[in-house]
Amino acid sequence: MAQQKLTIIATKGTLDWAYPPFILASTAAALGMEVSVFFTFYGLNLLLKDTSPLKVTPMGNPGMPMKMPFGPKWLQSIDFGPKMPNLMWSVPFMDAFATTMMKKTIKNCGVATIPELRDLCIEAEVKMLACQMTIELFGYNPAVFIDGVDFVGAATYFDESSDATQSLFI
Amino acid sequence: MADFDQELDATGLNCPLPILRAKKSLNGLEAGQILSIIATDPGSVKDFEAFAKQTGNELLESKEDGGKFYFRIKKS
Repeated sequence: MAQQKLTIIATKGTLDWAYPPFILASTAAALGMEVSVFFTFYGLNLLLKDTSPLKVTPMGNPGMPMKMPFGPKWLQSIDFGPKMPNLMWSVPFMDAFATTMMKKTIKNCGVATIPELRDLCIEAEVKMLACQMTIELFGYNPAVFIDGVDFVGAATYFDESSDATQSLFI
Repeated sequence: MADFDQELDATGLNCPLPILRAKKSLNGLEAGQILSIIATDPGSVKDFEAFAKQTGNELLESKEDGGKFYFRIKKS
């Protein structure tokens, strides 16, 4: 079987949306596929050396379940998401609260952290491409990104994906 | 004699870690050797079938016992 290739365009920069590109990239690599991920716009956050700016917020996201990651079982089973007026999440520090809760839930469920998953991708030789245009647009210092990233433009993405067997936009 | 060459305990781990750990363990084995895996992720049942299909490694056994999932994969 000819080697299969996956290319992903990662455009989201929140903790929840950091998962799909890294889960899919690492799994595809484990299945023997060649993998490239093009990080553009907010997706560049996923390449930061320090991933602590990755946050999650229920604000404007009524689909997000909100369950307590600790406490008695009856309490953990309540989904507060649909019960709260969404405006409540605009209160200061709610993002930090929701992020802390989500990280705790991630740990409880045996789900890998983003730095762990990203390291597994790098180990599996997933190619990381960062959008040069966005770096300039958002005024990033390239030193804030992890090593091994190639700084490229849209043409490189298309060259990269021209022989891909699967391509995803996330 | 055990019917495997290496054992991987992936209990408590969630997608995609059991697959990634299995891939890593298989890298250390030689063709024909067998990896035994224990997992608790219910999604791993279908996932190890897909993993075997995609990588060409043979899934010799897949069974559930007491809420745990047991797999044996032969490296191709």
